[in-house]
Amino acid sequence: MKNSIADNNKSKFQKILGTAPAFPYMAWAIVFIAIPLGLIVYFALTDSAGSFTIDNIARAGEHMSVLFRSIKLAAIATALCVVIAYPLAYIISRKQGFRRNTLVMLCMLPMWMNFLLRTYAWMTILENNGLINRLLMLLGFEPIRMINTQGAVILGMVYNYIPFMILPLYTIMSKIGNDVIEAAQDLGANSLEVIARVVLPLSLPGISSGITMVFVPSVSTFVISKMLGGGTNQLIGDIIDLQFLGNTYNPNLGSAISLVLMVVVLLCMSIMGDTEVETMGGRIR
Amino acid sequence: MKENILISLKDIAVEFEDGHRVLKGINLDIHDEEFVTFLGPSGCGKTTTLRIIGGFAEPTEGDIFFDGKKINGVPPHKRNINTVFQRYALFPHLNVFDNVAFGLSVKKMDKKLIARKVKEMLELVNLSGFENRNINQLSGGQQQRVAIARALVNEPKVLLLDEPLGALDLKLRKDMQTELMRIQKSLKITFIYVTHDQEEALTMSDRVVVMKDGQILQIGTPQDIYNEPVNAFVADFIGESNIIDGVMYEDYEVEFAGQAFKCVDKGFAPNERVDVVIRPEDIIVGDYETSPISGVVESVVFKGVHYEITVDAHGYKWLIHSTLSQEVGALIGMNVKPFDIHIMKKMEVR
Repeated sequence: MKNSIADNNKSKFQKILGTAPAFPYMAWAIVFIAIPLGLIVYFALTDSAGSFTIDNIARAGEHMSVLFRSIKLAAIATALCVVIAYPLAYIISRKQGFRRNTLVMLCMLPMWMNFLLRTYAWMTILENNGLINRLLMLLGFEPIRMINTQGAVILGMVYNYIPFMILPLYTIMSKIGNDVIEAAQDLGANSLEVIARVVLPLSLPGISSGITMVFVPSVSTFVISKMLGGGTNQLIGDIIDLQFLGNTYNPNLGSAISLVLMVVVLLCMSIMGDTEVETMGGRIR
Repeated sequence: MKENILISLKDIAVEFEDGHRVLKGINLDIHDEEFVTFLGPSGCGKTTTLRIIGGFAEPTEGDIFFDGKKINGVPPHKRNINTVFQRYALFPHLNVFDNVAFGLSVKKMDKKLIARKVKEMLELVNLSGFENRNINQLSGGQQQRVAIARALVNEPKVLLLDEPLGALDLKLRKDMQTELMRIQKSLKITFIYVTHDQEEALTMSDRVVVMKDGQILQIGTPQDIYNEPVNAFVADFIGESNIIDGVMYEDYEVEFAGQAFKCVDKGFAPNERVDVVIRPEDIIVGDYETSPISGVVESVVFKGVHYEITVDAHGYKWLIHSTLSQEVGALIGMNVKPFDIHIMKKMEVR
């Protein structure tokens, strides 16, 4: 009996000891994630004098149309990313060794360059007298207005965030063994049926994490819309930005909008998570 | 096994991009309802040959015929052949029923008919009642049965099996061997089986194809392969052997281990250098003074049915299987009957 009690104490102590490597991150999470989150909630629910109010939340409602535009553009950009990245990731995942590594590196290459620089580059390409339009005029065509449109913003989002779609898709697809694909072919499935019946269901977790990693930064971006969308295509990120760095300095309102945005994103993600389980018939874990 | 030829490989060669030839000059006819085994060490090209029949690899040279029709370039999903893969390759996102039903559902078969066929097939492999199990809830042996059922439910003319029992423990492997033989006989289809386990090949097959370095060394019934191996490699690969350098004096007379022996082989050039192969169970232990070969017992290992005895005779280590034990260090004599001396041409050095 005595022994077993001692063992119990020991195992409890060992349990705590076993989690020790997680302490630095836990401290980090508390100081830089939990506390700031609490502060945002606090600011959102107080006025400038520090007394409780839901005014800010109500006023955040005034920016509903901007919020919807942000969700719409981010959703389009995310969908485009899936459509473009999916076949690419599949092709890369079926390659071996050097070719595979080179292709992965080429996909990641743009990320090594500064985000602002890349977006500036697009400005010079899309401008009214930018690269494309000058080429068009040279060939005798009418110039097209591309900069300061929603299309330009979507392009910026797709260009900047598509690596975050390719990577998780590629990672999960490279875990799908060639033998499973060959088994499907062996059982009579043509290429399309192999994708629909085997690759797609097995890569759904990759799609869902890719969507999260593209949609969340897209919906809250303010640099892309500012540089490629002009003043007319403001996103919710721009509105938040204004509350902290603009003339309309109002951190309480800014926090409230952030809070609303966060709730909306969480709602979007949970809806998506549910449909995912349904399409898979709840069989994959 | 019927007389008509179902699959025919003509001068098949496969060369990889780096110029490495994995198969050269493969010629093979496989009959309807036959159980054929490709046997050889890893890297001998047996799996590549199987993949060519399945449509997963294309020969660089040569033709493959199925039922008289050339099928080079026909993709796997259009061949009336199914495969049991080495590591099962079950679909992890589908349960047992849907795995087995996969092929039929791709063919858009009626749901009720699918349900009936899957049920029958699961009965055949003794997995009734497992329909709704997840794949990862099954043991290795059960996954193996699902893989077999998934292939057989499509009623293929040929079933390819790529080392299907390699991952199972000995007892289970024996059971599955019997099971597979029963299934093959009852469904009357052709089985093409790949293994590196000679015992498995001898137990199960109608014919064994022994391969090495991308070539076929010998094709024959298990009895042929065991009793009349064409060269020392086949002899050594099919069960343990003593392989000694010898010289063929004339027909029916060979010299090895410093002694002349009568034998039953002929047709060699006078004084041709040959490999002499003697099975360990064919060596008769006797008195060292009256026996032609004598040596010192080095080790004795108990193997259940027999003792495995190593004897050192002037530097050559003889392997003997005997039901009687010997003292380590003892001087013993060895003899062989003419019928048990197998003479083989030296393999050409490549």
